[in-house]
Amino acid sequence: MVFSRKSLTIIASLFITALSFAGIAQHEEHATAASTEEAHATATEAESHEAHAEPTDAKGKIKAFINHHVLDSHDFTLFSDEEAGTHFGFPLPVILVDEGFHVFSSSKFNHGESVAESNGKYYAINHHDGKVYRTDAQGTFTHDEKGHTTNIHPLDLSITKSVLSILIAAILMFWLFTSLAKSYGKNNGIATGIGRFFEPLVVFIRDEIAIPNIGVKYHRKYMGYLLTIFFFILFLNLFGLTPLGINVTGNIAITFSLAILTFLITTLTAKKDYWAHMFWMPGVPKPMRIVLAPIELLGAIIKPFSLMIRLYANMLAGHIVLMSIIGLMFIFKSWLGSSLSFGLAFVLSILEILVAFLQAYIFTMLSALYFGMAVEEHHHDDAHH
Amino acid sequence: MEKLVNQFELGLFFWQMLIFIGLILLLRKFAWKPILDSVNNREEGIRNALSSAEKAREEMVALQAKNEETLQQARMERDAMLKEAREIKEKMIADAKADAATEGAKMIEQAKAAINAEKNAAMAEMKAQVSSLSLEIAEKLLKEELSNKESQIKLVDKMLADAKLN
Repeated sequence: MVFSRKSLTIIASLFITALSFAGIAQHEEHATAASTEEAHATATEAESHEAHAEPTDAKGKIKAFINHHVLDSHDFTLFSDEEAGTHFGFPLPVILVDEGFHVFSSSKFNHGESVAESNGKYYAINHHDGKVYRTDAQGTFTHDEKGHTTNIHPLDLSITKSVLSILIAAILMFWLFTSLAKSYGKNNGIATGIGRFFEPLVVFIRDEIAIPNIGVKYHRKYMGYLLTIFFFILFLNLFGLTPLGINVTGNIAITFSLAILTFLITTLTAKKDYWAHMFWMPGVPKPMRIVLAPIELLGAIIKPFSLMIRLYANMLAGHIVLMSIIGLMFIFKSWLGSSLSFGLAFVLSILEILVAFLQAYIFTMLSALYFGMAVEEHHHDDAHH
Repeated sequence: MEKLVNQFELGLFFWQMLIFIGLILLLRKFAWKPILDSVNNREEGIRNALSSAEKAREEMVALQAKNEETLQQARMERDAMLKEAREIKEKMIADAKADAATEGAKMIEQAKAAINAEKNAAMAEMKAQVSSLSLEIAEKLLKEELSNKESQIKLVDKMLADAKLN
């Protein structure tokens, strides 16, 4: 582990403090336990009568909440008051391409509870995947035998929570790095301001990622992409750790787009040697070359695929585990279990910060490695493999 | 896998590609290029400054060596001059001594010659006086002898006493 002894001590002391607080709270809890149990039972009963079959027990609710959280959303909900049925947040514009453009505010969906009407067509949000489908006026969904929704899914160009997060990250990055760039001119080549914090990271990516993997000769060409992708993933990973509940880098569409860009850049900038190695491997017997060609070709596709899955799985798993442990606090409702969950969630949050940096680093590092393979110049006189 | 494909949302992919590619192009032009250029320039500047400092240090060392050499030379020259001066001094003293000796010898020689001449003159004079005195005594003796024997002896004694005073 990379935790220093000092930070472990701090975590341990915080944990002990939390335990002592929980001990005090325990007495009150015992007194009110019986009444809350009753109240809870009546509340769940009342809720179960509602139209959509939402899970009513605590475990089911938490599971549904986590599922909902890791998916993209059409409105930006900061938090909800379940008993009052009110949500705090703001709606986002919905843009659908379904035989013409349909633009309306996501408040029309009323947080997925209503059917929105636009230009004579009806749309509703499916609770299972969070996507918008065309429905009838009552908002009924049809399913096939496997449980897939068979309603028409229009092209959804909505400014969703993820799109908004990406936009904010992009604007933040643009502001941060242009101000860093400008500060050099003003201060005789020495960075000032908040951008100064990121200068060592820029130099790190150049010296430790780009140059060792790509080489001094060609690295400059790829620096723009590598720097952008590193900070983009890093910022969105860190956004995901805020209580805003954004899960962008744990979304397959995002990681797919990042991976496909790496793949496209690798393929489009590849030199002769790269293709020679893929289709006609030098230094091996001719029959072997025929066998190797499809393997190499497959490898070229698997590489970006692994990039996509690695980032997606790491970020998604981090979110699910962290939220599950936070959820445990509400399930245990005992001083020991809840405070243990709290301690665990706290330690995991710190671990997630490490993961945020690590995944950004790994993605950038592997992209640089693939670019390096694409521009590598081999000397065939020495033996391969 | 099927869940992954289901989760894929084309709209989000479209926006992501649009924003991300735009971001790459914008940042490349307005941020990464000036940042990397500035960092490179600064590193170049540091490298130049370091190499010029090294050069200055080398020059300093060379200068110091040269100074040392000059100093050594000066010291040697000084030593040679001192040695020369000492030699001249000794020679002068020796010469002076030799001169003084010869001069002294010459003066002694002259003095000796003068003394001799004086002595000779004195001797000659004494001889003349002695002879004239002897003659006088003889003359007087002869005169007395002729008159009185006793007075003649008395005279001779008196004459001798006179002669002793001379």
